[in-house]
Amino acid sequence: MRDFLSDKAKKLKPSGIRKFFDIVSERKDVISLGVGEPDFITPWDIREAGIQTIKRGYTQYTSNKGLVGLRQEIVDYLRCNYNVDYSVDDTMITVGASEAIDLILRATVNPGDEVLVPDPSYVSYKPCVELNGGVAVSVPCDGENGFKLTRKNLEKVVTKNSKILIFPYPNNPTGGIMEKEFIDEIVPFIIEHDLLVVSDEIYAELTYGREHCSIASVEALKDRVVLISGFSKAFAMTGWRVGYVCAPKPILDTMLKIHQYAIICAPIFSQYAALEGLKKGKLNGYKDIKEMRAEYDRRRKFMHKTFTEMGLSCFEPKGSFYIFPSVKETGLTGEEFATKLLEQEKVAVVPGDAFGEFGKYYVRCSYAYSMKNLVEATERIARFVKGLKG
Amino acid sequence: MKNLKNQLVELLSENARYTFSQLASITGESLAQVEKAVSELEESGIITKYSAIINTEAMDQENRKVQALIEVKVAPQKLKGFDSYAEEIYSFKEVQSLYLMSGGFDLAIFVEGKNITDIAMFVSEKLSVIDGIASVQTHFILKKYKIEGHITNPNKESERQIIQA
Repeated sequence: MRDFLSDKAKKLKPSGIRKFFDIVSERKDVISLGVGEPDFITPWDIREAGIQTIKRGYTQYTSNKGLVGLRQEIVDYLRCNYNVDYSVDDTMITVGASEAIDLILRATVNPGDEVLVPDPSYVSYKPCVELNGGVAVSVPCDGENGFKLTRKNLEKVVTKNSKILIFPYPNNPTGGIMEKEFIDEIVPFIIEHDLLVVSDEIYAELTYGREHCSIASVEALKDRVVLISGFSKAFAMTGWRVGYVCAPKPILDTMLKIHQYAIICAPIFSQYAALEGLKKGKLNGYKDIKEMRAEYDRRRKFMHKTFTEMGLSCFEPKGSFYIFPSVKETGLTGEEFATKLLEQEKVAVVPGDAFGEFGKYYVRCSYAYSMKNLVEATERIARFVKGLKG
Repeated sequence: MKNLKNQLVELLSENARYTFSQLASITGESLAQVEKAVSELEESGIITKYSAIINTEAMDQENRKVQALIEVKVAPQKLKGFDSYAEEIYSFKEVQSLYLMSGGFDLAIFVEGKNITDIAMFVSEKLSVIDGIASVQTHFILKKYKIEGHITNPNKESERQIIQA
Protein backbone atom coordinates (compact mmCIF):
# COMPACT_ATOMS: atom_id res chain seq x y z
CA MET A 1 0.00 0.00 0.00
CA ARG A 2 1.42 3.38 -0.85
CA ASP A 3 1.80 6.44 1.33
CA PHE A 4 -1.31 8.48 0.70
CA LEU A 5 -0.24 11.67 2.40
CA SER A 6 0.51 14.76 0.35
CA ASP A 7 3.99 16.24 0.46
CA LYS A 8 2.63 19.58 1.58
CA ALA A 9 0.75 18.05 4.46
CA LYS A 10 3.67 15.92 5.52
CA LYS A 11 6.03 18.89 5.49
CA LEU A 12 3.75 20.87 7.80
CA LYS A 13 5.31 21.09 11.25
CA PRO A 14 3.04 19.95 14.10
CA SER A 15 1.79 22.70 16.39
CA GLY A 16 4.54 24.03 18.62
CA ILE A 17 2.47 23.35 21.67
CA ARG A 18 1.46 19.82 20.74
CA LYS A 19 4.44 18.27 22.46
CA PHE A 20 3.94 20.38 25.53
CA PHE A 21 0.20 19.74 25.50
CA ASP A 22 0.80 16.00 25.58
CA ILE A 23 3.05 16.34 28.61
CA VAL A 24 0.55 18.56 30.42
CA SER A 25 -2.34 16.20 29.71
CA GLU A 26 -0.59 13.41 31.52
CA ARG A 27 -0.25 15.38 34.73
CA LYS A 28 -2.97 15.58 37.29
CA ASP A 29 -3.82 18.69 39.28
CA VAL A 30 -2.11 21.10 36.98
CA ILE A 31 -3.04 24.75 37.19
CA SER A 32 -3.07 25.87 33.61
CA LEU A 33 -2.56 29.38 32.29
CA GLY A 34 -2.52 27.93 28.80
CA VAL A 35 -5.92 28.43 27.24
CA GLY A 36 -6.74 30.74 24.39
CA GLU A 37 -10.41 31.35 25.09
CA PRO A 38 -12.48 33.37 27.55
CA ASP A 39 -13.42 31.80 30.87
CA PHE A 40 -16.80 33.51 30.57
CA ILE A 41 -19.68 31.68 29.01
CA THR A 42 -21.71 33.24 26.24
CA PRO A 43 -24.09 35.89 27.64
CA TRP A 44 -27.57 34.59 28.35
CA ASP A 45 -29.38 36.65 25.65
CA ILE A 46 -27.16 35.23 22.98
CA ARG A 47 -27.55 31.67 24.20
CA GLU A 48 -31.29 32.13 24.37
CA ALA A 49 -31.39 33.38 20.79
CA GLY A 50 -29.47 30.33 19.63
CA ILE A 51 -31.84 28.03 21.51
CA GLN A 52 -34.92 29.75 20.08
CA THR A 53 -33.52 29.40 16.58
CA ILE A 54 -33.33 25.63 17.03
CA LYS A 55 -36.73 25.43 18.75
CA ARG A 56 -38.35 27.31 15.90
CA GLY A 57 -36.96 24.75 13.48
CA TYR A 58 -34.37 26.91 11.70
CA THR A 59 -32.03 24.05 10.98
CA GLN A 60 -31.11 24.45 7.34
CA TYR A 61 -28.30 26.10 5.40
CA THR A 62 -28.19 29.85 5.23
CA SER A 63 -26.99 31.56 2.08
CA ASN A 64 -23.27 31.02 1.53
CA LYS A 65 -22.39 34.56 2.52
CA GLY A 66 -24.44 34.30 5.69
CA LEU A 67 -27.63 35.93 7.02
CA VAL A 68 -28.03 39.33 5.43
CA GLY A 69 -29.34 40.71 8.73
CA LEU A 70 -26.14 39.67 10.49
CA ARG A 71 -23.94 41.08 7.75
CA GLN A 72 -25.81 44.37 7.94
CA GLU A 73 -25.35 44.58 11.70
CA ILE A 74 -21.65 43.83 11.31
CA VAL A 75 -21.20 46.55 8.72
CA ASP A 76 -22.98 49.04 11.03
CA TYR A 77 -20.99 47.85 14.03
CA LEU A 78 -17.67 48.33 12.24
CA ARG A 79 -18.67 51.73 10.95
CA CYS A 80 -19.86 53.01 14.32
CA ASN A 81 -17.10 51.62 16.45
CA TYR A 82 -14.03 51.49 14.26
CA ASN A 83 -14.74 53.96 11.46
CA VAL A 84 -14.42 51.17 8.92
CA ASP A 85 -16.45 51.17 5.73
CA TYR A 86 -17.39 47.95 3.96
CA SER A 87 -20.63 47.11 2.22
CA VAL A 88 -22.95 44.25 3.13
CA ASP A 89 -22.05 42.58 -0.15
CA ASP A 90 -18.36 42.63 0.71
CA THR A 91 -18.96 40.93 4.05
CA MET A 92 -19.12 37.18 4.58
CA ILE A 93 -19.87 35.03 7.62
CA THR A 94 -17.29 32.29 8.18
CA VAL A 95 -16.84 29.35 10.51
CA GLY A 96 -14.87 31.34 13.02
CA ALA A 97 -12.20 33.83 12.11
CA SER A 98 -10.03 30.75 11.58
CA GLU A 99 -11.85 29.86 8.38
CA ALA A 100 -11.43 33.41 7.11
CA ILE A 101 -7.67 33.25 7.67
CA ASP A 102 -7.51 29.97 5.78
CA LEU A 103 -9.72 31.29 2.96
CA ILE A 104 -7.81 34.50 2.34
CA LEU A 105 -4.53 32.65 2.04
CA ARG A 106 -6.07 30.06 -0.23
CA ALA A 107 -7.51 32.81 -2.36
CA THR A 108 -4.29 34.79 -2.74
CA VAL A 109 -1.12 32.74 -2.25
CA ASN A 110 0.67 31.38 -5.31
CA PRO A 111 3.59 28.98 -4.92
CA GLY A 112 6.64 31.08 -4.11
CA ASP A 113 4.69 34.11 -2.84
CA GLU A 114 6.06 35.51 0.38
CA VAL A 115 3.79 36.34 3.26
CA LEU A 116 5.17 38.62 5.97
CA VAL A 117 4.16 37.31 9.39
CA PRO A 118 4.91 39.22 12.60
CA ASP A 119 6.93 37.11 15.02
CA PRO A 120 5.77 36.21 17.61
CA SER A 121 2.13 35.79 16.63
CA TYR A 122 -0.68 33.26 16.46
CA VAL A 123 0.32 29.76 15.40
CA SER A 124 -1.99 29.36 12.41
CA TYR A 125 -0.66 31.91 9.94
CA LYS A 126 2.52 30.21 8.87
CA PRO A 127 1.01 26.72 8.38
CA CYS A 128 -1.85 28.16 6.31
CA VAL A 129 0.68 30.00 4.15
CA GLU A 130 2.77 26.87 3.67
CA LEU A 131 -0.20 24.67 2.87
CA ASN A 132 -0.74 26.91 -0.15
CA GLY A 133 2.82 26.67 -1.34
CA GLY A 134 3.72 30.10 -0.03
CA VAL A 135 6.74 31.15 2.01
CA ALA A 136 6.10 32.52 5.49
CA VAL A 137 8.64 35.23 6.33
CA SER A 138 9.01 36.22 9.96
CA VAL A 139 9.08 39.91 10.80
CA PRO A 140 10.68 40.34 14.20
CA CYS A 141 8.69 42.38 16.69
CA ASP A 142 10.85 43.57 19.57
CA GLY A 143 9.75 43.19 23.16
CA GLU A 144 11.44 46.46 24.08
CA ASN A 145 9.20 48.16 21.56
CA GLY A 146 5.89 46.76 22.70
CA PHE A 147 6.12 44.02 20.07
CA LYS A 148 5.07 46.49 17.41
CA LEU A 149 5.51 46.10 13.68
CA THR A 150 7.96 48.74 12.47
CA ARG A 151 9.06 49.94 9.08
CA LYS A 152 12.65 49.21 10.06
CA ASN A 153 11.99 45.55 10.76
CA LEU A 154 9.78 45.16 7.70
CA GLU A 155 12.51 46.59 5.48
CA LYS A 156 14.90 43.92 6.76
CA VAL A 157 12.84 41.05 5.36
CA VAL A 158 10.82 42.38 2.43
CA THR A 159 11.71 41.15 -1.06
CA LYS A 160 10.19 41.48 -4.51
CA ASN A 161 8.25 38.29 -3.81
CA SER A 162 6.51 39.73 -0.74
CA LYS A 163 2.80 39.87 -1.47
CA ILE A 164 0.87 39.81 1.79
CA LEU A 165 1.28 41.29 5.27
CA ILE A 166 -0.46 39.55 8.14
CA PHE A 167 -1.50 42.25 10.63
CA PRO A 168 -2.75 40.65 13.86
CA TYR A 169 -3.50 43.36 16.41
CA PRO A 170 -4.32 43.25 19.27
CA ASN A 171 -1.83 40.43 19.31
CA ASN A 172 -1.83 36.87 20.58
CA PRO A 173 0.54 36.04 22.39
CA THR A 174 2.18 39.39 23.14
CA GLY A 175 -0.76 41.61 24.07
CA GLY A 176 0.73 44.29 21.84
CA ILE A 177 -1.40 46.77 19.90
CA MET A 178 -0.72 49.13 16.99
CA GLU A 179 -2.02 52.62 17.67
CA LYS A 180 -2.86 54.95 14.80
CA GLU A 181 0.48 56.72 14.83
CA PHE A 182 2.33 53.41 14.45
CA ILE A 183 0.00 52.23 11.70
CA ASP A 184 0.58 55.51 9.86
CA GLU A 185 4.31 54.88 10.00
CA ILE A 186 4.05 51.69 7.92
CA VAL A 187 1.36 52.81 5.46
CA PRO A 188 3.83 54.16 2.87
CA PHE A 189 5.79 50.90 3.09
CA ILE A 190 2.66 48.86 2.40
CA ILE A 191 1.79 50.96 -0.63
CA GLU A 192 5.36 51.08 -1.91
CA HIS A 193 5.63 47.29 -1.89
CA ASP A 194 2.06 46.83 -3.12
CA LEU A 195 1.12 44.51 -0.26
CA LEU A 196 -2.25 43.08 0.67
CA VAL A 197 -2.93 43.53 4.39
CA VAL A 198 -4.75 40.72 6.18
CA SER A 199 -5.91 42.29 9.42
CA ASP A 200 -6.85 39.75 12.09
CA GLU A 201 -8.80 41.82 14.60
CA ILE A 202 -10.35 39.09 16.69
CA TYR A 203 -9.27 40.85 19.91
CA ALA A 204 -10.38 44.34 18.78
CA GLU A 205 -12.89 44.74 21.61
CA LEU A 206 -10.34 43.77 24.23
CA THR A 207 -8.05 46.74 24.50
CA TYR A 208 -7.25 48.52 27.75
CA GLY A 209 -7.01 52.25 28.09
CA ARG A 210 -7.24 52.98 24.41
CA GLU A 211 -9.83 51.98 21.80
CA HIS A 212 -8.67 49.73 19.00
CA CYS A 213 -7.62 51.41 15.78
CA SER A 214 -8.36 49.29 12.71
CA ILE A 215 -5.90 49.43 9.84
CA ALA A 216 -8.99 49.09 7.61
CA SER A 217 -9.96 52.64 8.59
CA VAL A 218 -6.93 54.09 6.82
CA GLU A 219 -8.20 55.77 3.67
CA ALA A 220 -4.90 55.36 1.82
CA LEU A 221 -5.09 51.59 2.23
CA LYS A 222 -8.62 51.27 0.91
CA ASP A 223 -8.94 48.27 -1.45
CA ARG A 224 -5.91 46.52 -0.03
CA VAL A 225 -7.12 45.53 3.47
CA VAL A 226 -8.97 42.34 4.32
CA LEU A 227 -10.57 42.64 7.76
CA ILE A 228 -11.08 39.43 9.70
CA SER A 229 -12.83 39.22 13.04
CA GLY A 230 -15.49 37.28 14.88
CA PHE A 231 -17.45 36.68 18.01
CA SER A 232 -15.29 34.15 19.82
CA LYS A 233 -13.36 36.38 22.18
CA ALA A 234 -15.39 39.51 22.85
CA PHE A 235 -18.73 37.71 22.95
CA ALA A 236 -17.33 34.50 24.51
CA MET A 237 -18.63 32.41 21.62
CA THR A 238 -15.61 30.24 20.86
CA GLY A 239 -17.60 27.01 20.52
CA TRP A 240 -20.26 28.52 18.27
CA ARG A 241 -17.81 28.91 15.34
CA VAL A 242 -18.95 32.18 13.86
CA GLY A 243 -16.70 34.87 12.45
CA TYR A 244 -16.62 37.29 9.53
CA VAL A 245 -14.48 38.75 6.82
CA CYS A 246 -14.79 42.04 4.95
CA ALA A 247 -12.77 42.47 1.80
CA PRO A 248 -12.66 44.37 -1.49
CA LYS A 249 -15.10 42.84 -3.96
CA PRO A 250 -12.75 40.76 -6.19
CA ILE A 251 -11.12 39.22 -3.12
CA LEU A 252 -14.36 38.56 -1.27
CA ASP A 253 -15.91 36.97 -4.36
CA THR A 254 -12.97 34.60 -4.67
CA MET A 255 -13.11 33.72 -0.98
CA LEU A 256 -16.82 33.12 -1.43
CA LYS A 257 -16.14 30.71 -4.26
CA ILE A 258 -13.87 28.58 -2.08
CA HIS A 259 -16.19 28.87 0.91
CA GLN A 260 -19.14 27.66 -1.19
CA TYR A 261 -17.32 24.52 -2.18
CA ALA A 262 -15.54 23.75 1.04
CA ILE A 263 -17.89 24.85 3.82
CA ILE A 264 -21.25 26.00 2.34
CA CYS A 265 -22.12 28.19 5.34
CA ALA A 266 -21.57 28.85 9.03
CA PRO A 267 -24.05 27.24 11.44
CA ILE A 268 -27.45 28.92 11.28
CA PHE A 269 -28.08 29.07 15.01
CA SER A 270 -24.65 30.56 15.63
CA GLN A 271 -25.43 33.29 13.10
CA TYR A 272 -28.75 34.10 14.74
CA ALA A 273 -27.11 34.09 18.14
CA ALA A 274 -24.38 36.47 16.96
CA LEU A 275 -27.05 38.70 15.42
CA GLU A 276 -28.77 38.89 18.79
CA GLY A 277 -25.49 39.81 20.42
CA LEU A 278 -24.99 42.74 18.08
CA LYS A 279 -28.61 43.93 18.29
CA LYS A 280 -28.75 43.78 22.08
CA GLY A 281 -25.31 45.32 22.31
CA LYS A 282 -26.37 48.27 20.21
CA LEU A 283 -29.26 48.87 22.62
CA ASN A 284 -27.40 48.43 25.88
CA GLY A 285 -24.04 49.92 24.96
CA TYR A 286 -22.36 46.51 24.68
CA LYS A 287 -22.78 46.08 28.42
CA ASP A 288 -21.71 42.42 28.48
CA ILE A 289 -18.51 43.07 26.57
CA LYS A 290 -17.64 46.02 28.77
CA GLU A 291 -18.14 43.97 31.92
CA MET A 292 -15.94 41.17 30.66
CA ARG A 293 -13.32 43.66 29.55
CA ALA A 294 -13.32 45.35 32.96
CA GLU A 295 -12.77 42.02 34.64
CA TYR A 296 -9.94 41.14 32.22
CA ASP A 297 -8.41 44.54 32.90
CA ARG A 298 -8.39 43.92 36.64
CA ARG A 299 -6.63 40.63 36.11
CA ARG A 300 -4.25 42.17 33.58
CA LYS A 301 -3.04 44.75 36.10
CA PHE A 302 -2.61 42.06 38.72
CA MET A 303 -0.60 39.81 36.38
CA HIS A 304 1.66 42.59 35.19
CA LYS A 305 2.38 43.74 38.74
CA THR A 306 3.01 40.22 39.91
CA PHE A 307 5.41 39.27 37.11
CA THR A 308 7.30 42.53 37.49
CA GLU A 309 7.67 41.92 41.21
CA MET A 310 9.11 38.50 40.43
CA GLY A 311 11.96 40.25 38.68
CA LEU A 312 10.94 39.19 35.19
CA SER A 313 10.98 41.80 32.47
CA CYS A 314 7.37 42.05 31.42
CA PHE A 315 5.67 44.20 28.78
CA GLU A 316 2.39 45.57 30.08
CA PRO A 317 -0.14 44.10 27.63
CA LYS A 318 -2.48 46.57 25.96
CA GLY A 319 -4.88 44.09 24.37
CA SER A 320 -6.18 40.49 24.24
CA PHE A 321 -5.99 38.41 27.42
CA TYR A 322 -2.42 37.25 27.36
CA ILE A 323 0.71 38.41 29.09
CA PHE A 324 4.10 37.60 27.65
CA PRO A 325 6.86 37.89 30.25
CA SER A 326 10.48 37.39 29.30
CA VAL A 327 12.29 34.62 31.14
CA LYS A 328 15.73 35.58 29.86
CA GLU A 329 16.89 36.66 33.32
CA THR A 330 16.54 33.10 34.53
CA GLY A 331 18.99 31.84 31.94
CA LEU A 332 16.40 29.46 30.55
CA THR A 333 14.55 29.44 27.27
CA GLY A 334 10.77 29.69 27.37
CA GLU A 335 10.46 25.99 26.71
CA GLU A 336 12.91 25.04 29.45
CA PHE A 337 11.18 27.40 31.86
CA ALA A 338 7.75 25.99 31.03
CA THR A 339 8.89 22.40 31.31
CA LYS A 340 10.66 22.87 34.64
CA LEU A 341 7.80 24.96 36.01
CA LEU A 342 5.38 22.21 35.14
CA GLU A 343 7.54 19.57 36.82
CA GLN A 344 8.27 21.53 39.97
CA GLU A 345 5.14 23.55 40.57
CA LYS A 346 2.50 21.94 38.33
CA VAL A 347 1.69 25.15 36.52
CA ALA A 348 1.29 25.12 32.75
CA VAL A 349 2.26 28.12 30.64
CA VAL A 350 2.87 28.12 26.90
CA PRO A 351 6.50 28.33 25.69
CA GLY A 352 6.97 31.48 23.61
CA ASP A 353 8.66 29.73 20.71
CA ALA A 354 5.34 28.08 19.85
CA PHE A 355 4.49 31.49 18.39
CA GLY A 356 7.70 32.04 16.43
CA GLU A 357 11.46 32.01 16.88
CA PHE A 358 11.46 35.49 18.39
CA GLY A 359 9.34 34.15 21.25
CA LYS A 360 12.16 31.86 22.33
CA TYR A 361 12.86 33.57 25.65
CA TYR A 362 9.27 34.24 26.60
CA VAL A 363 6.31 32.35 27.99
CA ARG A 364 2.64 33.14 27.34
CA CYS A 365 0.24 33.23 30.28
CA SER A 366 -3.45 33.66 29.73
CA TYR A 367 -5.48 35.62 32.24
CA ALA A 368 -8.77 34.20 31.07
CA TYR A 369 -9.07 32.57 34.47
CA SER A 370 -10.63 33.40 37.80
CA MET A 371 -8.63 35.66 40.10
CA LYS A 372 -8.34 32.78 42.53
CA ASN A 373 -6.59 30.66 39.90
CA LEU A 374 -4.32 33.52 38.88
CA VAL A 375 -3.28 34.19 42.46
CA GLU A 376 -2.46 30.54 43.07
CA ALA A 377 -0.65 30.09 39.77
CA THR A 378 1.47 33.23 40.10
CA GLU A 379 2.46 32.35 43.66
CA ARG A 380 3.78 29.05 42.40
CA ILE A 381 5.57 30.75 39.52
CA ALA A 382 7.11 33.27 41.92
CA ARG A 383 8.34 30.46 44.13
CA PHE A 384 9.81 28.74 41.10
CA VAL A 385 11.58 31.86 39.88
CA LYS A 386 12.96 32.53 43.36
CA GLY A 387 14.26 28.97 43.45
CA LEU A 388 16.06 29.49 40.16
CA LYS A 389 17.84 32.58 41.42
CA GLY A 390 18.75 31.09 44.81
CA MET B 1 -11.62 53.92 50.36
CA LYS B 2 -15.27 53.12 49.70
CA ASN B 3 -14.38 51.51 46.37
CA LEU B 4 -11.61 49.52 48.05
CA LYS B 5 -13.99 48.29 50.75
CA ASN B 6 -16.50 47.17 48.13
CA GLN B 7 -13.77 45.30 46.31
CA LEU B 8 -12.57 43.68 49.53
CA VAL B 9 -16.08 42.54 50.44
CA GLU B 10 -16.38 40.92 47.02
CA LEU B 11 -12.93 39.32 47.20
CA LEU B 12 -13.23 38.04 50.76
CA SER B 13 -16.71 36.65 50.08
CA GLU B 14 -15.13 34.70 47.26
CA ASN B 15 -12.10 33.59 49.29
CA ALA B 16 -11.78 34.47 52.95
CA ARG B 17 -8.22 33.21 53.04
CA TYR B 18 -6.66 35.83 50.77
CA THR B 19 -3.70 37.26 52.65
CA PHE B 20 -3.38 41.02 52.95
CA SER B 21 -0.48 40.84 50.55
CA GLN B 22 -2.60 39.09 47.91
CA LEU B 23 -5.44 41.55 48.43
CA ALA B 24 -2.99 44.40 47.96
CA SER B 25 -1.76 42.91 44.68
CA ILE B 26 -5.24 42.31 43.33
CA THR B 27 -6.68 45.69 44.23
CA GLY B 28 -3.52 47.62 43.42
CA GLU B 29 -3.61 49.33 46.82
CA SER B 30 -0.92 49.42 49.50
CA LEU B 31 -0.72 46.82 52.24
CA ALA B 32 -1.44 49.46 54.88
CA GLN B 33 -4.58 50.65 53.08
CA VAL B 34 -5.87 47.10 52.74
CA GLU B 35 -5.25 46.27 56.39
CA LYS B 36 -6.99 49.45 57.48
CA ALA B 37 -9.99 48.82 55.21
CA VAL B 38 -10.43 45.23 56.39
CA SER B 39 -10.12 46.34 59.98
CA GLU B 40 -12.84 48.93 59.46
CA LEU B 41 -15.08 46.40 57.73
CA GLU B 42 -14.73 44.09 60.72
CA GLU B 43 -15.32 46.81 63.28
CA SER B 44 -18.43 48.10 61.55
CA GLY B 45 -19.87 44.60 61.53
CA ILE B 46 -19.98 44.30 57.74
CA ILE B 47 -17.59 41.40 57.93
CA THR B 48 -18.96 39.25 60.72
CA LYS B 49 -17.07 36.00 60.43
CA TYR B 50 -14.63 34.04 58.26
CA SER B 51 -15.75 30.46 57.78
CA ALA B 52 -15.19 27.62 55.35
CA ILE B 53 -18.02 26.71 53.00
CA ILE B 54 -18.58 23.01 53.38
CA ASN B 55 -19.75 20.86 50.53
CA THR B 56 -21.81 18.37 52.48
CA GLU B 57 -22.45 16.39 49.28
CA ALA B 58 -18.82 15.35 49.33
CA MET B 59 -18.99 14.03 52.91
CA ASP B 60 -19.87 10.51 54.00
CA GLN B 61 -23.54 10.02 54.78
CA GLU B 62 -22.96 9.35 58.44
CA ASN B 63 -21.05 12.62 58.94
CA ARG B 64 -23.61 14.81 57.24
CA LYS B 65 -26.00 16.85 59.34
CA VAL B 66 -29.62 17.15 58.28
CA GLN B 67 -30.78 20.56 57.16
CA ALA B 68 -34.23 21.96 56.62
CA LEU B 69 -35.99 25.12 55.51
CA ILE B 70 -38.93 25.99 57.72
CA GLU B 71 -41.58 28.43 56.50
CA VAL B 72 -43.35 30.17 59.34
CA LYS B 73 -46.48 32.34 59.30
CA VAL B 74 -47.14 34.47 62.34
CA ALA B 75 -50.30 36.17 63.51
CA PRO B 76 -49.31 39.74 64.18
CA GLN B 77 -50.30 40.58 67.69
CA LYS B 78 -50.53 43.73 69.71
CA LEU B 79 -47.13 44.66 71.09
CA LYS B 80 -45.51 41.76 69.25
CA GLY B 81 -44.03 42.65 65.87
CA PHE B 82 -41.82 40.51 63.64
CA ASP B 83 -38.66 41.59 65.44
CA SER B 84 -39.82 40.12 68.68
CA TYR B 85 -40.67 36.79 67.00
CA ALA B 86 -37.26 36.84 65.42
CA GLU B 87 -35.56 37.37 68.77
CA GLU B 88 -37.26 34.33 70.23
CA ILE B 89 -36.49 32.14 67.25
CA TYR B 90 -32.88 33.03 66.51
CA SER B 91 -31.77 32.39 70.02
CA PHE B 92 -32.15 28.63 69.40
CA LYS B 93 -28.82 27.07 68.47
CA GLU B 94 -30.52 24.86 65.87
CA VAL B 95 -31.34 27.97 63.84
CA GLN B 96 -28.54 28.74 61.36
CA SER B 97 -30.22 31.58 59.52
CA LEU B 98 -33.45 33.54 59.92
CA TYR B 99 -34.93 35.86 57.32
CA LEU B 100 -38.08 37.99 57.13
CA MET B 101 -39.63 37.34 53.73
CA SER B 102 -42.11 38.90 51.36
CA GLY B 103 -44.71 36.63 49.76
CA GLY B 104 -46.66 33.61 51.02
CA PHE B 105 -45.08 33.33 54.44
CA ASP B 106 -43.30 35.55 56.93
CA LEU B 107 -40.15 33.94 58.24
CA ALA B 108 -37.69 31.56 56.57
CA ILE B 109 -35.67 29.53 59.04
CA PHE B 110 -32.70 27.36 58.04
CA VAL B 111 -32.07 24.75 60.72
CA GLU B 112 -29.54 22.02 61.19
CA GLY B 113 -29.77 18.88 63.27
CA LYS B 114 -28.15 15.47 63.72
CA ASN B 115 -31.08 13.71 62.11
CA ILE B 116 -34.72 14.13 61.04
CA THR B 117 -35.99 13.35 64.52
CA ASP B 118 -33.86 16.12 65.98
CA ILE B 119 -35.40 18.65 63.67
CA ALA B 120 -38.91 17.29 64.16
CA MET B 121 -38.42 17.69 67.91
CA PHE B 122 -37.20 21.24 67.47
CA VAL B 123 -40.27 22.11 65.42
CA SER B 124 -42.80 20.47 67.72
CA GLU B 125 -41.30 21.33 71.09
CA LYS B 126 -39.57 24.63 70.56
CA LEU B 127 -40.88 26.38 67.50
CA SER B 128 -44.57 25.59 67.15
CA VAL B 129 -45.25 26.40 70.79
CA ILE B 130 -44.20 30.02 70.44
CA ASP B 131 -47.19 32.26 71.10
CA GLY B 132 -48.58 33.67 67.86
CA ILE B 133 -47.15 31.20 65.39
CA ALA B 134 -49.96 30.52 62.92
CA SER B 135 -48.39 27.86 60.71
CA VAL B 136 -45.16 25.96 60.26
CA GLN B 137 -44.07 24.07 57.13
CA THR B 138 -40.88 22.08 57.26
CA HIS B 139 -39.00 21.19 54.06
CA PHE B 140 -35.98 18.93 54.31
CA ILE B 141 -33.04 19.59 52.01
CA LEU B 142 -32.47 16.43 49.94
CA LYS B 143 -29.57 17.44 47.75
CA LYS B 144 -27.44 20.53 47.31
CA TYR B 145 -26.50 21.38 43.74
CA LYS B 146 -24.89 24.74 44.36
CA ILE B 147 -23.67 26.16 47.68
CA GLU B 148 -22.74 29.84 47.96
CA GLY B 149 -21.69 30.05 44.33
CA HIS B 150 -19.93 26.73 44.26
CA ILE B 151 -21.31 23.92 42.10
CA THR B 152 -21.04 20.73 44.13
CA ASN B 153 -20.73 18.22 41.34
CA PRO B 154 -19.88 19.82 38.02
CA ASN B 155 -20.15 17.99 34.74
CA LYS B 156 -16.57 16.95 34.01
CA GLU B 157 -17.07 16.60 30.28
CA SER B 158 -17.68 20.26 29.77
CA GLU B 159 -14.31 21.25 31.23
CA ARG B 160 -12.04 23.45 29.17
CA GLN B 161 -9.01 22.15 27.37
CA ILE B 162 -5.88 22.66 29.39
CA ILE B 163 -3.81 24.34 26.77
CA GLN B 164 -4.45 25.96 23.40
CA ALA B 165 -2.71 28.29 21.04
